[in-house]
Amino acid sequence: MTDQSKALPQLPLTQEIIEQHGLSEEEYQQILKHLGREPNLTELGIFSVMWSEHCSYKSSRVHLKRFPTEGERVVQGPGENAGAVDIGDGFAAVFKMESHNHPSFIEPFQGAATGVGGILRDIFTMGARPIALLNSLRFGELDLPQNQHLFKGVVSGISSYGNCMGVPTVGGEIAFNDIYSKNPLVNVFCLGIVKKDRLLRGLAKGAGNQVLYIGAKTGRDGIHGATMASDSFDDASEKKRPNVQVGDPFLEKLLLEACLEFLEQDLLVGIQDMGAAGLTSSSCEMASRAGTGIEMDVAKVPRREPQMTPYEVLLSESQERMLLVAQPGKEEAVLAICRKWGIDAAVVGQVTGDGLLRVKEGNKVVAEIPAHALAEEGPRYERPAAPPQYQEFLQSLNLDALPDVKDPAEVLLKLLGSPTIASKRWVFRQYDHMVGTNTVVCPGSDAAVVRIKGTTKALAMTTDGNSRYCLLNPYLGGGLAVAEAARNLVCAGAQPIGVTDCLNFGNPERPDVMWQFIMAVEGIADACRTLEIPVVSGNVSFYNETNGLSIYPTPILGMVGLIERQEAITTQWFKHPGDRIFLLGETKEDLGGTEYLKVIHAREQGSPPWLDLDLEKNLHSCLLTLIRNELVESAHDCSEGGLLVTLAESCVTHPSAPFGANVIISQQRLRLDSLLFGESPSRVLVSIRPQHVDQVLETVQHAGVPITLLGEVTQGNMDVTVQGPHEHPVCQVSLPLSDMADQWHHSLARQLGVEQA
Amino acid sequence: MNIGIIVFPGSNCDRDCAHVFSEVMGQASHLIWHQDTSVKGMDAIILPGGFSYGDYLRTGSIARFSPIMDAVAEFAGRGGMVLGICNGFQILLEAGLLPGVMLRNRALSFICEDAYVRVENADTPFTNQCKPGQVLRLPIAHADGNYFTDPVTLSALQANAQIVFRYCDRDGHVTSQANPNGSLDNIAGIRNSAGNVLGLMPHPERGAESVLHNEDGVTLFRSMLSALEKNKIRQPV
Repeated sequence: MTDQSKALPQLPLTQEIIEQHGLSEEEYQQILKHLGREPNLTELGIFSVMWSEHCSYKSSRVHLKRFPTEGERVVQGPGENAGAVDIGDGFAAVFKMESHNHPSFIEPFQGAATGVGGILRDIFTMGARPIALLNSLRFGELDLPQNQHLFKGVVSGISSYGNCMGVPTVGGEIAFNDIYSKNPLVNVFCLGIVKKDRLLRGLAKGAGNQVLYIGAKTGRDGIHGATMASDSFDDASEKKRPNVQVGDPFLEKLLLEACLEFLEQDLLVGIQDMGAAGLTSSSCEMASRAGTGIEMDVAKVPRREPQMTPYEVLLSESQERMLLVAQPGKEEAVLAICRKWGIDAAVVGQVTGDGLLRVKEGNKVVAEIPAHALAEEGPRYERPAAPPQYQEFLQSLNLDALPDVKDPAEVLLKLLGSPTIASKRWVFRQYDHMVGTNTVVCPGSDAAVVRIKGTTKALAMTTDGNSRYCLLNPYLGGGLAVAEAARNLVCAGAQPIGVTDCLNFGNPERPDVMWQFIMAVEGIADACRTLEIPVVSGNVSFYNETNGLSIYPTPILGMVGLIERQEAITTQWFKHPGDRIFLLGETKEDLGGTEYLKVIHAREQGSPPWLDLDLEKNLHSCLLTLIRNELVESAHDCSEGGLLVTLAESCVTHPSAPFGANVIISQQRLRLDSLLFGESPSRVLVSIRPQHVDQVLETVQHAGVPITLLGEVTQGNMDVTVQGPHEHPVCQVSLPLSDMADQWHHSLARQLGVEQA
Repeated sequence: MNIGIIVFPGSNCDRDCAHVFSEVMGQASHLIWHQDTSVKGMDAIILPGGFSYGDYLRTGSIARFSPIMDAVAEFAGRGGMVLGICNGFQILLEAGLLPGVMLRNRALSFICEDAYVRVENADTPFTNQCKPGQVLRLPIAHADGNYFTDPVTLSALQANAQIVFRYCDRDGHVTSQANPNGSLDNIAGIRNSAGNVLGLMPHPERGAESVLHNEDGVTLFRSMLSALEKNKIRQPV
């Protein structure tokens, strides 16, 4: 540009304005260097959102490089709208997980709804039709009315958006802990299917190509949403309500169908949704990825409100909008499809070769910034990290001072009624989990399973994370989350083929939080590497902190597994009386960080269980072989609540017919509570038809995986005898199925004070 | 047979219905855009489930003004077979092709689960392959399925055997406990007095394949095809 001062009106940018934009002095200096001059207010706003933690990953990016991102199935790794893996038959599965924590705390219904809207757009932007949604939620304990309000609001927000879109919500997980009272977590996962050769990317290729805006009109909602999501909260956060966007799932459904029609007719060069930082991030990221520039006129952007400034148009986070790039001559066909679906659309600019994001309002240039500087050259921080002083205290747990369990039956019922373990039917009954007619395994088993029409295949999906483990030992916690997610998939008969992550942490400017983050990332990376599961997409959410209190480190994994034949799918519940019950893996003295300690002893302490990744891997391949040979009737991952809860769940979670069990467990040298409620990883409870037992034993022993016969499936009570040395009975548990079922099925609704059919 | 499936903006079970008719029942299914004005050549019409126009204002209340609805009404008037599923049922009510209205579910929230319905009238083009009193397990997924009408209309529905499905328990008992949404008289589906238009809240297309562990819904589609086969000569053109 020749005459800066005339083209760009210069307001004096005071120190105060710069600070309001969340930019540090150092960052401002970098802006001056990139521009070679002072920015104007619009440009400052653009830098502020693009360099926010939320958009730039400035505190996390150096560490995320540790993730293994390659593998023979990887079609698209991190850096795009979503990752993609090859599932054969010419198809790719496209998936990603994202957080919407901050908005959901301020306005639970809309915050959660727009979270679902955002992740869906990430998937269909890649050209894939979304076929499954999952979510991971964290709330404070339900005895506080405020937490009930947040929980109910989030669930109805997810339900309203996903149901209307016609994308089934097939699974997920929810845990409760008071640490989330002022920072609930809403992580949403979506998976779509696309013909591998039709995968689209967010590229603004080809100078002279047209840039089109389609979807909702732009309003003033959500301005600086990305900046809000990059800050901590305090008691005044309620005032940020206007920063939360409002979702319109009907419009998004139209947008989805229109986008898939563009792809069918091959009309696009590139496409990106306008999520955080709206028009700004979509345009400069598309240009930056392609090494081009974009020139656009904000006056041409469809608007909902009069007299919006360029600043407002560029930073608005109005939902349900897309930016497209199409070759000249194809724009009319794009506009025609938009007319058919009743969607606003306009050509707003073109791709240039000069690498600049140039924004005009009519003839006036209002901002001009190198696109690459915005998208890729933001600040990078290797922030100081150190374990917190309280870490040693957290990990110390003197078991000798802890009385062993006296009445295991009573403890079992308590655990089955703990909202983290109890059935989430009250929740998933509100989600349409069957639309699409692909859901083979509905919510309520270890993993959800969705068949792929036109093939013999199915995909299993799960979301997992245990923040208490991560608090106590973030490295182990990260690895245990990966191992559990993979184990859940394997229990359904699926080979894990890819993972996406959502890393929820506190304020990264605190060394203890940064330490938790780095350790958890390392734990996840090491486990993924050993188990050979590539990380193909992900999201980091920092600043989950209110009034100085950070959440527990909460990395959540969304993992996808491939099932080659729909006949070889397993669920967690017992199926026939007489089937033999076995435990694969070994029970050790693993009480640290357990749900048992929290619920019964009100302690969140100790060291989480040690994870032997080689054993874990061995277990997976062995169990997969058994399931693929159709030798396993049920397989249930043994995790929160330990062996007794797992057994009870296999008894009572069958959708129509519960079964009993007659089981004898040898105590070995373990405490009774460790034996029954400890959470040693790498364990799976299976049931096997009697005629298959020999073949199973041979396979398992050959693989070197520990296996123990526990008993058999019955039509009576759940009877468990613990035997000491010389088969001396140490204790006996005999519970009617109805008692356990009642506790497990209805506890959540009871705590919420609602009726449940 | 040619099965026409109407696609309204926001329909989301259109493709599921098309899949069942083409892949499971071996028929030709055709997606018909709501702006079209003809259902020519179709042997039967399906109004699928979903959220037409986002269910904004009231379920089905905007969709019934779509241009295609005149053609559907005319088709029905000539005796053509029309099946409305879930949102399609709601549209049929709004369009006046079936009597009554839908209220919000009794518990005020969306419900997605398997429900049991009892076949109250097995002598309809949609149920001729069922046994009277047969219990079907069919998925429901709706927030507004609480059927309501005035006492006179209800008596007429009862007297004319227009109530085709009632919510029941697994053993076929029609009880208030087995009523998932508060529907009047446990009504899950009704037909018009001529018998050629049926609306039901459950989704038979979601229970039509063994891989989904449910094939109870197939009975409805088999009934439709059998009725079409029989009446082939009398079908409107």
